[in-house]
Amino acid sequence: MEDAVSIARWQFGITTVYHFLFVPITIATSMLVAIMQTMWRRTGHEKWLKLTKFYGKLFLINFAAGVVTGIVQEFQFGMNWSEYSRFVGDIFGAPLALEALLAFFLESTFIGLWIFGWGRLNPKVHLASIYLAAIGTMISAVFILAANSWMQNPVGAIYRNGRAEMADFGAVLTNPVFLATFPHQLAACYMVAGGLISGIAGWHLWRASRAAKGLRVSKKTLPAGQVVTAEDSIREASTWRTGMRFGAITMLIASLCVIVSGDILGKEMVKVQPMKMAAAEALYQTESPADFSLLTIGTLDGSKEVFSIKIPGLTSFLSHGNFSERVQGINDLEKAYAEHGFTRDDGTKLALQQAYASQLEQYGLSSVAPIIPVTYWSFRLMMGLGMLGAAISVVMLWVTRKNKPAPTGRWWPVMCAALLFLPLAANSFGWIFTEMGRQPWIVAGVLPTSAAVSPGVSAAAVLFSLIAFTLVYAAIACVVLFLFVKYIRLGLPDVSNHSDDIIDGDAPLSFAY
Amino acid sequence: MVTLVTDPSALQILWFALVAVLWIGYFFLEGFDYGVAMLLPILPKGDAARKETERRVMINTIGPVWDGNEVWLLTAGGATFAAFPGWYSTLFSGLYLPLLLVLLGLIVRGVSFEYRAKHNDTRWHATFDWCATIGSFIIVLVLGVGFANFVAGMPVALAGNGVTWVMTGSFWSLFSWYGLLGGVLFVALFATHGAVFLSLKTDGEIRERARGFASKSGLVTLVLLLAYVLGLQLAFPASDNPWVNGLAVTACWIVGVLSVVALAVAWVFNSKGREGWSFIFTGVAILTMLVMVFIKIYGTLGFDSSAAATPLDMTTASSSPMTLQIMSLAALVFVPIVLCYQAWSYWVFRRRLSNKNIPVVPQFLAAKPKNA
Repeated sequence: MEDAVSIARWQFGITTVYHFLFVPITIATSMLVAIMQTMWRRTGHEKWLKLTKFYGKLFLINFAAGVVTGIVQEFQFGMNWSEYSRFVGDIFGAPLALEALLAFFLESTFIGLWIFGWGRLNPKVHLASIYLAAIGTMISAVFILAANSWMQNPVGAIYRNGRAEMADFGAVLTNPVFLATFPHQLAACYMVAGGLISGIAGWHLWRASRAAKGLRVSKKTLPAGQVVTAEDSIREASTWRTGMRFGAITMLIASLCVIVSGDILGKEMVKVQPMKMAAAEALYQTESPADFSLLTIGTLDGSKEVFSIKIPGLTSFLSHGNFSERVQGINDLEKAYAEHGFTRDDGTKLALQQAYASQLEQYGLSSVAPIIPVTYWSFRLMMGLGMLGAAISVVMLWVTRKNKPAPTGRWWPVMCAALLFLPLAANSFGWIFTEMGRQPWIVAGVLPTSAAVSPGVSAAAVLFSLIAFTLVYAAIACVVLFLFVKYIRLGLPDVSNHSDDIIDGDAPLSFAY
Repeated sequence: MVTLVTDPSALQILWFALVAVLWIGYFFLEGFDYGVAMLLPILPKGDAARKETERRVMINTIGPVWDGNEVWLLTAGGATFAAFPGWYSTLFSGLYLPLLLVLLGLIVRGVSFEYRAKHNDTRWHATFDWCATIGSFIIVLVLGVGFANFVAGMPVALAGNGVTWVMTGSFWSLFSWYGLLGGVLFVALFATHGAVFLSLKTDGEIRERARGFASKSGLVTLVLLLAYVLGLQLAFPASDNPWVNGLAVTACWIVGVLSVVALAVAWVFNSKGREGWSFIFTGVAILTMLVMVFIKIYGTLGFDSSAAATPLDMTTASSSPMTLQIMSLAALVFVPIVLCYQAWSYWVFRRRLSNKNIPVVPQFLAAKPKNA
């Protein structure tokens, strides 16, 4: 049984982290492409149309992978976590069904209309399609984050009929964890999309700068035999500059929103899951004030520190908004659990946590602390990589201010590449932190993860599906990367023959697969 | 078999009906795009270039809509989870390997449509065409086997904790004669539905070939459907189900016969070249066949609870009244809206496509910057 639990958890981790590489790109790039298309309609400037089509293609390559890996998410709750599904279905099922009904239909239908609608829809309706698709992706985020926030803080529920039942749907939708998570995640998506847009444009801009100075620019020969030359790059430089600055500004604004909302979220987290903050800081003893360690080198078992760099009082500030207040440590929280069961930071329990406490004995949880090195490092990597990405966007904006040409040094493309991956990695680590930090609970303070797996499914079956998904996902990763590199190198499309006329009769479609 | 029947609430009946509607919508809509994908290696004829153009005609008939069609499946799954968590959790964990196959099929066929056109290479195209075809075939086959097992009844028992039902049948027990018949029927039925759809949505030779295929596969499907309906009525009659009373047993017979008749009518319209009517009637055949299945599993949800102390049924699997009320309100408001815009998208893409409509190079590839 233990095997089945860990294999099912690995499967959830792998499939979810993988799925979530595509999600932030989908959510934010759809809206940013919609804005680009609006700018084109408003200004009539061709560069915006080129950017719309260029980033639109990358968005669609990403979207397809996001769609198919998303289906697995909905099915695996029932397949691998059927006891969880039975236990929470009365509350958790509703947001999932609403997500499909309100969000998935909207995004899939209007993405189809947008992709194939060039030359078949009138321009205003076509533009509205991409906005509706983008709104669909955001509605999807609302429901899935409400569902996840409920797992962190199971409000509005009671224990009845051997399961959690809905008592107050309003409370589920106004869960303070959700209200902080939504802006945090949404802004984090815009960091990813901003980084993607500016990183790619920055690389093309660098090529243009080098070409203009007569420096060597490698000719890119593409699989289809098409060649992008230095001259192409120079001619497109002003479009790329627009794209780069558009992406970098988006990223910078989004970063500020991530920091503000992250601070609010952190304080909510301390209130409802004090153990998670203690685990984020690897704070074993309760401290007042509690410091924040930038780096700790400890003994291998993590029980004793050898060397560390600390910012005094910062963990207190992150938890409570002042530099002196007490932050509970892991050991004291463990002791408190043994004495009173799961409690929030103020010592209270939610109705569901209170009612289910008597059932918990059967599971015999010996420790309620997550795996500390995982939470400690994922918390730091989330913040560190995100902030590094934000800093790079500032550098890029500063260097290219007042129409200055992009630098030609080798450091520039390295920064551009980093911009593609840093925010995405920060997102992954954020989720790894959130989910691993909740352990050993699947519903905080209520249902242990080990009790949530499917009772009728063997470890061998889960292992088989884990291998199958991993192989298929790896193949998809190869295809997606190949196509991304191909279309990034290919550069801006030719839009000179664009026409808003509706094509009819036997004429070739303006867009077809 | 003595199974206690508890009176279900109106909302439980409503949600059972809604789950059925979502499955029917899914099979009606995505059924034809599975069919189109399964026909990719069969219908195109001629030299390599011509075949490629015809395959692209076929893919473009479903290109803008397949993803929206698939959401019906996701919504059926989500609605089952929200309205009947006991049904969702027991079914999805009990049919672990079949659902894994369905998921893998959905993944490979989903990326195929999107990625095929993004790189101009014969082997690349061939690979994704096969992914689309095989993926679609597996999904339809497995779901056909699955639905036949709902009809036959899948044994469940209570797990050790006394509140969780688990399916006790083995993976191989799903492949009974009726399970296999269901699988083959679904493949034939949706291939026919897809061929009729293609004859309605294309023009030129491919349209004629699609019609020709439908007239052949239609006959095979007719025989299979007749066997499937009679198999249900005789081997697994609705009267075995304590939830289904006299009138409903008759209704189950009627819709079963209607589905066979509808398919025959579709075949006649197809041979007369009335593609629109033919498509409507393959749709009616799918609808009535599934209504028959859902009448058969009304209340029991397709489970055989005779070995369980408490039966897993529509009342015990259900969510609380509050959740059902919230979900009903959402469905009342949003289902009509979804139907409107999805129907509108079909209207936007209503034109027939022929080889002439297909640009020489997919637009995705016409991306080279012009040399000054």
